[in-house]
Amino acid sequence: MAKSIVKALDGAQAVSNAMRQINPDVVAAYPITPQTAVVQNFSQYVADGIVDTEFVTVESEHAAMSACIGAAAAGGRVMTATASAGLALMWEVVYVAASMRLPIVMSVVNRALSAPLNIHCDHSDSMGARDAGWIQLYAETAQEAYDNTLQAVRIAEHPDLLLPVMSMQDGFITGHGVERVEILDDAEAKKFIGTYQPKHSLLDVDHPATYGAWDFYDFYFEHKRQQTDAMSKAMPIIVQVGEEYGKLTGRKYGIFDPYEMDDAEVAIVVLSSTAGTARTVVKALRKKGVKIGLIKPRVFRPFPARELTEALKDVKAVAVLDRSVSFGAMDGAGPLFLELCAALYSYGNGRGPLAVDYIFGLGGRDVIPAYIEQVAQDLLRIAETGERGDLVRYLGLRE
Amino acid sequence: MAIKLKELASTREERLVPGHRLCAGCAEPTIIRQIVNAIEEPIVIATATGCMEVATSVYPWTSWRVPWIHSAFENAATTAAGAEAMYRSLVRQGKIEDKNIKFLAIGGDGATYDIGLQWISGTFERGHKVIYICLNNEAYMNTGIQRSGATPLGAHTTTSPAGEVLPGKTQWRKPLTRIMAAHDIPYVAQASPHRWRDLMEKARKAVEADGPAFINVISPCPRGWRHDPSMSIEVAKVAAETCYWPLYEVRNGTEWTLNYKPKEKRPVTDWLKMQGRFRHLFTPQFEHVVEELQAKVDEEWERLLALCGEK
Repeated sequence: MAKSIVKALDGAQAVSNAMRQINPDVVAAYPITPQTAVVQNFSQYVADGIVDTEFVTVESEHAAMSACIGAAAAGGRVMTATASAGLALMWEVVYVAASMRLPIVMSVVNRALSAPLNIHCDHSDSMGARDAGWIQLYAETAQEAYDNTLQAVRIAEHPDLLLPVMSMQDGFITGHGVERVEILDDAEAKKFIGTYQPKHSLLDVDHPATYGAWDFYDFYFEHKRQQTDAMSKAMPIIVQVGEEYGKLTGRKYGIFDPYEMDDAEVAIVVLSSTAGTARTVVKALRKKGVKIGLIKPRVFRPFPARELTEALKDVKAVAVLDRSVSFGAMDGAGPLFLELCAALYSYGNGRGPLAVDYIFGLGGRDVIPAYIEQVAQDLLRIAETGERGDLVRYLGLRE
Repeated sequence: MAIKLKELASTREERLVPGHRLCAGCAEPTIIRQIVNAIEEPIVIATATGCMEVATSVYPWTSWRVPWIHSAFENAATTAAGAEAMYRSLVRQGKIEDKNIKFLAIGGDGATYDIGLQWISGTFERGHKVIYICLNNEAYMNTGIQRSGATPLGAHTTTSPAGEVLPGKTQWRKPLTRIMAAHDIPYVAQASPHRWRDLMEKARKAVEADGPAFINVISPCPRGWRHDPSMSIEVAKVAAETCYWPLYEVRNGTEWTLNYKPKEKRPVTDWLKMQGRFRHLFTPQFEHVVEELQAKVDEEWERLLALCGEK
């Protein structure tokens, strides 16, 4: 196992430490709550000469991603960080980055979207960008946010992919929450990340390349197909990088993190920090003999449709907890539920659990164990009676 | 500094090659060839969405023999700035050799006066060594002649059409070159393709400037301006002779130099009458607009003369 040091860090510091070790050639970023600390910490590394990075302090998030695109096309390692309205503002060029196959890594500290203005956590920002062509990783803890950031570089730059990666953590909950974080030895981290050799660079003036050409109906479709093809190759590479990282650190990463799923009759599926609360509840219920399990997806894009269907095939009832709403979708469900339902329908061979969705935690609304216990009770009733009831429900909402 | 025609003819390999799809009579490729041929150093170009972009990069072909990127409409400056930042980073770290690469951003007036203004302003404030070229054909020509902040008073466009009550565009135009000069960057200029040596020397000065540079070039558009395609350079010439489009440069926001002073300032009607987009102004109903336009041209010219110490 590689050397590492244990520190008390919040999620933002954990990510900025990963950025320090990655030492990107260019970082272009704009401050926004609750990502601000990531940018501030990194600014200090620049000011202290700890990193070699050319730090471009842009005037907006759209400019941040625009500069990242120019920088990445110029053939070096590029990172940025954002949240909420910032991600929404850069939306146009988020697509451009993926479509030009530029392996940019972006740390997203999840925060609600306006209106009304709210600075606290939900997943509407990154879920809004779920179809933009980026790989998406979600972290439960500051440790995972750190680990995912390092792995994101390897995933993005894999020659078979060349896809940008968004690495998420929950605003304030982990972003500002101090936790025990193991930071890999700098040299080991550097070795793990390796070097990046771009195939085509704008700076290779002897071999001029054209980036972002104009496609008519005769080529655009094929180029989009190439993107879906690259995305379809991502999962085994994400797993391979996660295994390699596991050998190095003892913390192996995969597609999702199952807990007590072996004989589970009911299950909860939830992303990010809420999985910690859910795990505590599942653990307590297991002590009482309740056959409940938990799945915490780490990879949302590409969506692990087959893998989740397989993991849930013997479960009678499943509850998805969604921290965002897909307005106007089936019964106002959230994106995680919609994707999972599509997966169960498409790959479940007509079997599989009854599924319900719980919208929770919008705008930072707290999730307490009692809510998860309620979900567990509901699931047990559904499993027992075979009656699903309401498709979409709400946790911790005054109605 | 002086550019000799003979040298140009003998030494330079074309960087923007024939085969592109710009219209007959379009001044844009002429302007860009003048600029890129004036630059001896290796260049990287970021182009905003627009005529120049769509007509030169139709996949699987490209007219560019230099590294080229198009990202979006508003962000050519920042795309170039990102590439420039990467270049500085890699050279400073010793990861690549310093080849004295120059970074150009090209945008039309829509991309420059309107949608991209913030990106250019930010790029200049941060001091990126990016030369921004505005190909100013005074409207959104690529999408079919819609008005922009560069469109002058009285011009007919498809979103400021001349009608029963309105004389075309009812506002003057944004003083963009002055706005860029107000960034106090090392080099800002206004130019025209009819004075090719002046334009090319300005390109060289922009390259040699120690920081950001901006050149606003008038680019007659036969489709949008409604003149014969053979007349584009002549139309640009009359724009300068009427002082509608003065040629000048500003160093560091303070040192203003007039590059061309007509012996006799021609009335702006000489320029307006060359273009169908102003045809409706020559009716009793809208003749006051011509007077207003002349007054705006005079006011700006007098102001410029004062800034350049010419009066």
